[in-house]
Amino acid sequence: MKFIISILLIALLSFVACLYLPWWTIAIAAFVVAIFIPQPPLRSFLTGFAALFLLWGGLAIWIDSRNEHVLSHRIAAVLPFGGSTFVMLLVTALVGALVAGFASLSASYFRKVN
Amino acid sequence: MRIIPLSLSVVVTLFLIFLLNTNWILKAPLGQLLSPQHGVWQNAEPANINYSEELSFPNLKGHSEVYFDDRLVPHVFADNDEDAFFIQGFIHAKFRLWQMEFETLAAEGRLSEVMGDKNGTLDVLNKVDRYFRRLGMRYAAEKELTLLEADPGTKMMCDAYTAGVNAFIHSVNKSKLPLEFKLLGYEPEEWTNIKTALFIKYMAYDLSGAENDFEFTAARNALSQADFELLNPIRPDSLDPIISIGTIFDKPGLQVKAPASADSLYFLYKKDSSSVPAEPQKPNKENGSNNWAVSGKKTRSGYPILCNDPHLGLNLPSLWYEIQLQTPNFNVYGVSFPSAPGVIIGFNDSCAFGVTNAGRDVRDYYQITFKDASHSSYLFNGEWKPTTFRYEHIKIKDKLEFIDTVAYTVFGPVLFDENYKGRANDGKCYAVRWKAHDPSNEMKMFQLLDKAKNYTDYLEAIKNLHTPGQNCVFAAKNGDIAMWCQGEFPAKWKRQGDFVMPGTDSSYMWQGMIPQSENPHMINPERGFVSSANQLPVDTSYPYYIGGSFPNYRGWTINKKLNKMADITPEDMMDMQTNNYNSFAEMARPVLINNIDGQVLSDDEKKYWDMLTTWNLNGDTTEKGITVFNVVWDSLKEVILSDELEQVKADYFPYESTLAEALIRNPALKFVDDINTPEKETLKDDILTALRQAVPVLKKAEAEGKLEWWKFKDTHVSHLTKLTALSRLHLPIGGGTHMVNASKSDHGPSWRMIVSLTPKTEAYGVYPGGQNGNPGSKYYDSFIDYWAAGKYFPLWVMKKEEMADKRVKFKMVFSKG
Repeated sequence: MKFIISILLIALLSFVACLYLPWWTIAIAAFVVAIFIPQPPLRSFLTGFAALFLLWGGLAIWIDSRNEHVLSHRIAAVLPFGGSTFVMLLVTALVGALVAGFASLSASYFRKVN
Repeated sequence: MRIIPLSLSVVVTLFLIFLLNTNWILKAPLGQLLSPQHGVWQNAEPANINYSEELSFPNLKGHSEVYFDDRLVPHVFADNDEDAFFIQGFIHAKFRLWQMEFETLAAEGRLSEVMGDKNGTLDVLNKVDRYFRRLGMRYAAEKELTLLEADPGTKMMCDAYTAGVNAFIHSVNKSKLPLEFKLLGYEPEEWTNIKTALFIKYMAYDLSGAENDFEFTAARNALSQADFELLNPIRPDSLDPIISIGTIFDKPGLQVKAPASADSLYFLYKKDSSSVPAEPQKPNKENGSNNWAVSGKKTRSGYPILCNDPHLGLNLPSLWYEIQLQTPNFNVYGVSFPSAPGVIIGFNDSCAFGVTNAGRDVRDYYQITFKDASHSSYLFNGEWKPTTFRYEHIKIKDKLEFIDTVAYTVFGPVLFDENYKGRANDGKCYAVRWKAHDPSNEMKMFQLLDKAKNYTDYLEAIKNLHTPGQNCVFAAKNGDIAMWCQGEFPAKWKRQGDFVMPGTDSSYMWQGMIPQSENPHMINPERGFVSSANQLPVDTSYPYYIGGSFPNYRGWTINKKLNKMADITPEDMMDMQTNNYNSFAEMARPVLINNIDGQVLSDDEKKYWDMLTTWNLNGDTTEKGITVFNVVWDSLKEVILSDELEQVKADYFPYESTLAEALIRNPALKFVDDINTPEKETLKDDILTALRQAVPVLKKAEAEGKLEWWKFKDTHVSHLTKLTALSRLHLPIGGGTHMVNASKSDHGPSWRMIVSLTPKTEAYGVYPGGQNGNPGSKYYDSFIDYWAAGKYFPLWVMKKEEMADKRVKFKMVFSKG
């Protein structure tokens, strides 16, 4: 239950923060949520990872389908994604997921130290 | 002990953020780029996007409405002129901001600032920025701006336009900035009127660079006068000029004379081969266009029809943006330049107007003798005259700035010297005298043209066009048609400025400008049409020297067809604009055919030879004969001339049609002999050699499935950054050099327009691009396939009452607030 709630909170907080603030505030969102809802390290990492994987991946899929893949076809070939929309979506989700995952992991260790 | 995993984890997190927030992986921060709420995903426009919105700005005076049709063409209905130009600025910025920024940065010599000093293989700093700085682009724009702002009409226009662009820049959310800003990692700066002036100078650069001074100088140094004249005639044999042969010209208002020292200091044929120009750095020499107007007596409707298709580099986002602007003072439809207010080529309720490039030589070079390496004074009329300096601070992305010191002389800036050799690779110092440096106010022309009611208004408008010179076509509903070869052109003595000139005194300077009234023109001619296609504007009876590198054959085809045509409809004009008949090949092919013997050919040679001889002379998409003709002809040019031209140490080659005409005149032309062999070659030998050299090229093309003309020439519309993924490649379209449909590989009809001036205007148009510059929009390239197929869109001159029409898709409201 903690796991699901944390994922939802991180995703929500990240989404709101990114409406106004730089992209890397997703790390702060993940860290803060993981401080208030402590979990063991691996689980904490997975929470942050899953939250942003789902948020960024989901947003990108939603945008991409409304766009009928016009942009992703082109940009996936400009950026080093071999022209593949799928790779671009995957890398988008992974970039967010890794940053939030490690931020969340840091929070878990932080709680243990204190 | 738990401090270790904590530290490690924090370090990894921070490192990830740091890495994804720098330009180490790509030119822009990857985290920012991929964040669905910040980066490129934000540019993925929903396919069913709705552009309708209500906006208010304190700068506006009244209430205006903009209706976007199904092609995303805005129909602007403004209360007053100022608001119309404000809205045009806002809309240009909304759909084309990146290109506006990029093109004006390029014109100002500031690309290194956003791209770095190198971009792939392109030396941005030296080849682009320093060149434009030293050419004095900003210097020219500052002079333009002074006049532009001194005129209340053009000042109002540009101020309102600038305010509109800035209103968009200030209101746009950063996440919605154009994709290219994100990919290159920078943001737009404030728009100012100087940027509009810079854009005008960029067009001047693109369209008034018709000079080969260094190349011709090298040729002069190596060749005898007779050979030089043979290879660079000042009048092609098959000339059909813009102003009909036989026209009587007035006595010139200005007499110019070559300086007394010309024979000893200037006409130095075969004297010296020390000058070694290299590295051509010039606009595409194919920049040209077609325009014509036929009078009512030749049309089915009884009213004039005006047609124009300017040939320019084919790029995405397109150079053009289609728009209708209506205020209580005027109602104009046509294409505009993102970066400038008004409509450039189009029509209003009374008349239509268009341009082709005049291609006149208005840029010359003078060799400067400096007193010493400081360049602080130079020899002029027997004394040391002080120079002034402009210090060009070129900012470079992620590096220290580069400062270029440019000396200005009485002629103009010193473009090439020992620190910047460029085309003059000899390290000597050359100042450039360029007409675009003289003050002028070209915006005034568009301001007046957009509201012109008749021929008198048109003439008043075009007088403001100084540089780049254009052949301005005109047709009005009252039946008038006209053509003026307009610009402010230096009056030159024969061959003045064809070569680099001595700059140690005033004797070689331009002696004056041709009076405007003496510019070649034609009004309501007997033949019932006016036309121009960049050919030499006049026959040699014109009292001023014009020079010789003008393409001849499109104009020849157009005039031949128009002479024969009657009962003309807009559809006939579409067929003509998209016509692929090659008059050059009609003239040149017999030279090949009459000089080869069928029996001596191998099977391979015979196969291609048959394709050539049975070819129908059209450059249609699937024709193969034209591919064979072009490859064989290119090869023949090399076979005949490369031996003689070996001594010319420059990127010099005679104008395309010169050799063909010389061979028709004299098949025993001296150049056919290869001077490096003891044998005496004949034209027949050369043609056989050319064919044999062409066969491997053709076989390779055939093996790759590229013998068909459209595949061989490979027309594409490239994104301005040349990123292929944002470009449209391999377009199935015929035409090319010498054909009315001048669609070459990266260059061609950038806007095709046909306007029938019937009481209710009937107009058609298409350009190879789309209204939205965003590669994430379906409107990005939506006209390209239509354009390639030779189809046209009806141009809808909307009336405000038609706001409920089903073609209206979106509505933007602008009001004071």
